[in-house]
Amino acid sequence: MNFPILSSLILLPIIGALFLFFTKEKEGNNNTIKHVALFTTVVNFFISIYLWLAFDQSTSSFQFIEDRTWIKGFINYKVGVDGISILFIILTTFITPLCIISVNNSIKNRLRDFLIAILVMESFMIGVFSALDLVVFYLFFEAGLIPMFLIIGIWGGTRRVYSAFKFFLYTLLGSVLMLVAIISIYWIAGTTDVVQLYEIGIDVKYQNLLWLAFFSSFAVKTPMWPVHTWLPDAHVEAPTAGSVLLAAILLKMAGYGFIRFSLGLFPVASEVFTPLIYTLSIIAIIFTSLIALMQEDMKKLIAYSSVAHMGFVTLGIFTLQQQGIEGSIIQMISHGLVSAALFLTVGVVYDRMHSRLISTYGGLVSVIPKYSILFMLFALASLGLPGTSGFIGEFLILMGAFKDNFLVAVIASIGVILGAAYMLWLYKRVVFGKLLNEDLKKILDLNRSEYFILSCLAAPILFFGFYPDPLINTIEVSVTDLINMHNTNIASN
Amino acid sequence: MENINLILPEIFISLSIMFLLVLGVFKNDSSKITFNLSLFAILITAIITINETFSVSRETLFNQSVVIDSMSSLMKIITLVGGFLVLVISSSYLKTFKIYNIEYPVLILSSILGMMVMISSNDLIVFYMGLELQSLALYVLATYNRDQLKSSEAGLKYFVLSALSSGLLLYGCSLVYGFSGSTNFDIISNQLNSEEYVLTFGIVFILVGLAFKISAVPFHMWAPDVYEGSPTTVTLFFTIVPKVAALTVFIRFLYVPFLNLIDQWQMIIVFLSIASMVFGAVAAIGQTNIKRLIAYSSIGHIGYTLAGLATVSNEGIQSSIIYISIYVVMNLALFSCLLMLRRKNQYYEDIDDLSGLSKNHPLLSLCLLLILFSLAGIPPLAGFFAKFYVFKAVLEQSMYFLAIVGLLSTVVAAFYYLRIIKIIYFDKEKDKYDTDHSLWLKFSLTVSTILILLYFIFPSQLIEVVSRINII
Repeated sequence: MNFPILSSLILLPIIGALFLFFTKEKEGNNNTIKHVALFTTVVNFFISIYLWLAFDQSTSSFQFIEDRTWIKGFINYKVGVDGISILFIILTTFITPLCIISVNNSIKNRLRDFLIAILVMESFMIGVFSALDLVVFYLFFEAGLIPMFLIIGIWGGTRRVYSAFKFFLYTLLGSVLMLVAIISIYWIAGTTDVVQLYEIGIDVKYQNLLWLAFFSSFAVKTPMWPVHTWLPDAHVEAPTAGSVLLAAILLKMAGYGFIRFSLGLFPVASEVFTPLIYTLSIIAIIFTSLIALMQEDMKKLIAYSSVAHMGFVTLGIFTLQQQGIEGSIIQMISHGLVSAALFLTVGVVYDRMHSRLISTYGGLVSVIPKYSILFMLFALASLGLPGTSGFIGEFLILMGAFKDNFLVAVIASIGVILGAAYMLWLYKRVVFGKLLNEDLKKILDLNRSEYFILSCLAAPILFFGFYPDPLINTIEVSVTDLINMHNTNIASN
Repeated sequence: MENINLILPEIFISLSIMFLLVLGVFKNDSSKITFNLSLFAILITAIITINETFSVSRETLFNQSVVIDSMSSLMKIITLVGGFLVLVISSSYLKTFKIYNIEYPVLILSSILGMMVMISSNDLIVFYMGLELQSLALYVLATYNRDQLKSSEAGLKYFVLSALSSGLLLYGCSLVYGFSGSTNFDIISNQLNSEEYVLTFGIVFILVGLAFKISAVPFHMWAPDVYEGSPTTVTLFFTIVPKVAALTVFIRFLYVPFLNLIDQWQMIIVFLSIASMVFGAVAAIGQTNIKRLIAYSSIGHIGYTLAGLATVSNEGIQSSIIYISIYVVMNLALFSCLLMLRRKNQYYEDIDDLSGLSKNHPLLSLCLLLILFSLAGIPPLAGFFAKFYVFKAVLEQSMYFLAIVGLLSTVVAAFYYLRIIKIIYFDKEKDKYDTDHSLWLKFSLTVSTILILLYFIFPSQLIEVVSRINII
C-alpha cells in the first residue's frame, strides 16, 4: 500500500483547521493564525503539484487509488484521480492560499473562524474532486454547504442573510433528488463504486430519470438558467475570499459532475437530453450576457458573466466531441483563475472605497496604473482574447460545437461578442474616463500582498494562453477514453 | 422452569423503586441520596440487561406473554441510557425551581419500568399494563413544576388526551381479541386474516392509539403544548425515552400480530409518515419558542422513522431503529444546550434568546451549529446517515413517492434549522449567560456532540448491532 496521498490532501486542511481551533484569537495581532492557515494550504499545494508530476499521463485509468471499507458491505471509501480530476484538485489547492493571503484587508472580525471555514471548505472540495464512490462524492458535495453558508452569512454584506439562505436552500433542494438517484443506483446496479459502474453500466430504462435527478443538482450548482438566481446574490454578498472560492471552485463541482457522472454513467440519457442542455446553455450565454451588460454593481456583473461562461462549459461538455469536452475543462480551469482574479480586483477597490458600484469609479488609470494594467489583463482573459487561457477554452468549445451542431455554435459565438462588450464596457467605465469622484484621488495602488496575489493569477492565465499543452496532455487520454466508452455504450444500446 | 434471569432487569428496577420510596418516607432531606441511588439503579439495570439478555436471540416467558429478543434488549438499553442521562442533567434545573424532590427520580424510574414492560410485551394485556404504568408516571412528571400554570396545563392536557387515546387503543385491542380469541401476539398473528372489515377497525384503533403516543400527525396536537409547558428536563425525557418505547411497540404490533394484514396497514403508515414529515417541517417555521419548535421537529423525525416501518422489510425496521438511536443522541445534545441558557437562576427558551450567542459563547454555539445541521440531515453529520439508511430501505422497496416527499421536506425543515443558526451566528449579541454548569451537563453535551460529529468515521458499529434484529 502506497502512501495515501489523496487522503492526506483531504485531511491536511482539516488538521490545520483543528490547530487553529485550539489557538486563541488575539486582538489586533493575528499573524500566527494567518501563518498557520497559509502554511497548511501552501503545503497542500506542493503536495498536489507532486501529485501532478507523479501522475502518469499515458493512461486513462484512475491513479493513486485508495479503497477502504467504510460501511461494511455497502460503501467503500474510495478516492483516486484521473486526468480530469487532477486539474481541479490543483486549481483548488492553488486558489485557496491566495484566498487566505487576500483576507488581510477584507476580514476585520473573527478572522480565526473565517480561516477555519476556508480550510474546511478546501478539504471538502478536494474530496469532491477525488471521490470515486457516489455516496462519498455526495457527502463532500453537500458538506461544503455548511462552511459556505457561514462564510456568506457571517462575513457577508448587507443582504447576507437572504443570500446565505437562498444559496443553501437552492443547492440543497437540487441535491436531495441526486441522493434519491444515488440510492436507486445502488439498488439497480448493486454498487455505488464509480469505476465498477463504468464497467457494468446502468440499465437504459432507468437512465433518463436518474440523469434528470443528477441534472437537478448539477444545474443548480453550475448554475444553469433558470436556476441561476442564487449566484448573483451569493456572490454579491459574500466577502471577497468567499466569492473567489465560490466562483473559482464551487461552480466547477457541477461541471466536473456532468463529465464524471452524467456522461460517464448515463451515456444514453446524455444523448437524449443534449437538446435540453444546448437550449439552456444558449439561453444562459445570451440572456445572462445581456443582463451583465445592464449591471451597475461590479460584483453582480462578474457573477452574471460566470453564469454565461458556465453556459459555454455545459455546452462544450454535451457536444460529446473531444475538443468540446477538453475545451470545457480548460474553460473551467481558466474561468477559475480569471473569475478569482476579477473578484479580487473588485475586492481591492472595494476595500478602499467600500463601494461596488461602477458609477463610483472612473479614471482609475491615472491614479492607480499598476492596478489598471492587471485589471485589463483579467478583463481581456475573461472575454477570451487570444494569448490568454480564456481563448483556448472558448475556442475549443466552439470547435466542438461546430462539429456537432452548426446553429448552436453560431448562436454561442454571438455570446463571445456580448462577453467582449460587457467586459470592455465595464473596464472603460471603471478605469478610463475623467476622474470625477474626489475621494478617488487619494486611493492607493496595489500593496505588496495584493500585487503578489494578482501576479500569481496572471502568470498561469498568460502561460496557459500561450502554451496550453500541459493541461491538454493531462486530460487528453482521459477524455478520449471517456468518449470511446460513451460511443461503445451508445452503439451497444 | 422458566429462565427468570431474563426479566431480572425489570425485577431489579421494581425493587429499587420500592426501596427508594420507603427511603424517601423515612429519611429527611433524602432527595440527593435518592437521586444518586436511582442513577445507580439505572446503571445496574443496564448492566444486567446487557449481561443477561443481550446475547439472547429470542425467548419467551410466562406463557409467551413476555418476549426477550435482540430488539427488546437493544431498545431497553437505549431507554435506560436515555433515562440515566436525563436524570443526571436534571438536578441543577430542578434545584433552580426548588422542585428537587425524591418523587422525580422515582417517577422517572417507574416510567422506565413501564416502558421496559411495554418493550418486552408479547401480549395485549402485558402491553397495556406497561403502557399505563409509564403514562401515569408521565402525567405527573408533566405537571411536576406545579407552581407554574403552564406546567399544570400541560399535565392536564396530556392526561385528558392520552386517556382518550388509551381508550381507543383498548377498544381496538378488544376488537382484535374478539376476532382472534387470544391476547397473545403470536396466536393473534396466526388467527387473523384480512377478510373481516370490523377487524380493520380494530387495527385502525390500535394504530391511532400508538400514533398518539409517538405524536405522529394527525395525532400530534398535544405535543407542542405539553412540550412547552413541562419543565425542560421533563420535555427532554418526553422527546426521547417514551418515543423509543412506543416505537418498539409499534414495530412489534405491525410485524407480529398484524403481519398478515400488511395490505390493511401499510397505507396508513405511509400516510402517517408523509403527514408527519411534511407537517413537522412546515409547522415549525413559525415557532418562536425553542421547546415548541423541538416538538414540531420531533414530529418530523418520527415521520422519518415511520417511513422505515412502512417498507415491510427487516432493512426498514433496522433503519428506523438506527434513526431513533441517532435522534436520541441529537435531542440529548440539543437539550443540553438549552439547559445551558441560564442567567441568574432563570432559564431562557425563546429562539430570540439565542441571538448572537456565538460572540460570547463560541464553543456552545459551535455545538449547536453541529447539532442543528445534523438535525437538518446535512452530511457528514450523524443525522444525515440516519436519513440515508431510512431512504435506502425505502428505495429498496421502490417507494419513490415516499422517498421524494421525505427528502423534499428535509429541505423545508432545513429552513427553520438554518433560521436558528442564523440567529446564533448572524444576529446581534445579548448579555452573557452563566457558564458554571454542572459537570454532567457539560459531559453529556460534549459526548453527544462528538458522537454526532464523528459518527461518519465508524458507521459500521451501529449497523452491526442493529442488524441482529430480524423481526420478519
